[in-house]
Amino acid sequence: MNNFIPAASQNTEKNVVLSIRNIKKHFGENEVLKGISVDVRKGEVISIIGPSGSGKSTFLRCINFLEIPTSGEVSFLGEKIDYSTSKLGEKLNLQKKLSGYRTHVGMVFQSYNLWLHKTVLENIIEAPMQVKKEEKEKAVDTAMDLLNRFGLQEKKDEYPSRLSGGQQQRVAIIRALAMSPQVMLFDEVTSALDPELVGEVLEVLRILAESGMTMLLVTHEMAFAKDCSHRVLFFDNGIIEEQGAARDVLSNPQKERTKKFLSRSIR
Amino acid sequence: MAEKFALVGKYMPSILFSCIIVIQLTILTILISWVFGLFAGIGKASRYKFFSYPSRFYIWFVRGTPTLIQIYVVYFGLPQFGIQLSPFTAGVLALGVNSGAYVAEIFRSGLNAIPKGQMESAKALGMTYFQSMKRIILPQVVRIILPAITNEGITMLKNTSLLSTITVLELTLQTQVVIARTFRPFEFYIVASLLYLVMTTVLSHFSDTLEKKYALSV
Repeated sequence: MNNFIPAASQNTEKNVVLSIRNIKKHFGENEVLKGISVDVRKGEVISIIGPSGSGKSTFLRCINFLEIPTSGEVSFLGEKIDYSTSKLGEKLNLQKKLSGYRTHVGMVFQSYNLWLHKTVLENIIEAPMQVKKEEKEKAVDTAMDLLNRFGLQEKKDEYPSRLSGGQQQRVAIIRALAMSPQVMLFDEVTSALDPELVGEVLEVLRILAESGMTMLLVTHEMAFAKDCSHRVLFFDNGIIEEQGAARDVLSNPQKERTKKFLSRSIR
Repeated sequence: MAEKFALVGKYMPSILFSCIIVIQLTILTILISWVFGLFAGIGKASRYKFFSYPSRFYIWFVRGTPTLIQIYVVYFGLPQFGIQLSPFTAGVLALGVNSGAYVAEIFRSGLNAIPKGQMESAKALGMTYFQSMKRIILPQVVRIILPAITNEGITMLKNTSLLSTITVLELTLQTQVVIARTFRPFEFYIVASLLYLVMTTVLSHFSDTLEKKYALSV
């Protein structure tokens, strides 16, 4: 059941899926995001890099409203998401609206966040059945399809605690994919993994990128960012300090801060 | 020694029957405590003062006053406001409200034990707050708090003996009635103790079974 029906898009000329304008976010006195604007085109893979505390994760979380921006606009397929909630009635309405929007914009977290009391298969079919009201058969078919594609079909009846970190993260990605989102957000999805397990997750991300998924990733994996993304945004202190084609920014940074940050990172 | 306990046999039927009353009281008390505990536990954690202040007051007051006084307030005090309850009803209500405050704290600590990410991932996938609570959070909370809840259940079972003071004919009062007739306090209080022991043991064994069945390495 989807309460979010996008209006006819005016932006198809540029093929812009997500239009983000001047997002600002502060927590009390602390201004974490000072005005971020990005246009995300269909099929584009954008890597977001930068030092800790620069606002990368906060920005990603503002896109699917896990954090509510202090100000700024987010438009999906040309329709603005109105997140203002002055009255109580609007708050309940907002939940419904966001619920619909989030079926189109999926997110995968650093700490996987698989539901521990459900098996792998149950994790994957839960949202399609509860949110999109899919029939169990169809949900299971989709789930098994994805599990097979990524080589995890044998784990379908296991509980998350029995899987390795890399396997859990891949299941988390599949769980988000099962909702057939149009955009996927990845919040440092390899940062909590042992180095040997990072590779298998990056492989999944590579496959997704090549299949044309629109992706925004907050990442520290510079090699991946260079090889698999179209664009790189360098965040520093709540603003986009530098952005451009992935190869350009990462091999040939223009700004001082970008150069400093990249020289300290393992390339 | 043998003749001492021979007398016991004569009064066993009535004593055993009063055990059934104990079981009824305990079950009803537990059910009521879960209702109060769920609302007060969630209420206390709420951002809205409308929910958190009454919850906090309730928990503070009930945990800070003797259970016996609370029973007396319900049974002897309420009639002054025109609310006359039978001893059984008053007893169940008082104990239910009493236990509810402890269940609320147990429940709240269970909620806190759930990593924030569980709810976030549910929301990120489009689930509403209520869907997330019902399908993701609460099932995990229940598994975590099962030992503490059982403990509270056992406490409640023993607390039913306090209802003897408001004429509920449960095990303690029935034992006292028999003692008044037979002048054998030692034998009959031992019998009563053993019966309480049997009931509490059954209860904790039941909970152990539940725990094993639903345990996960959460």
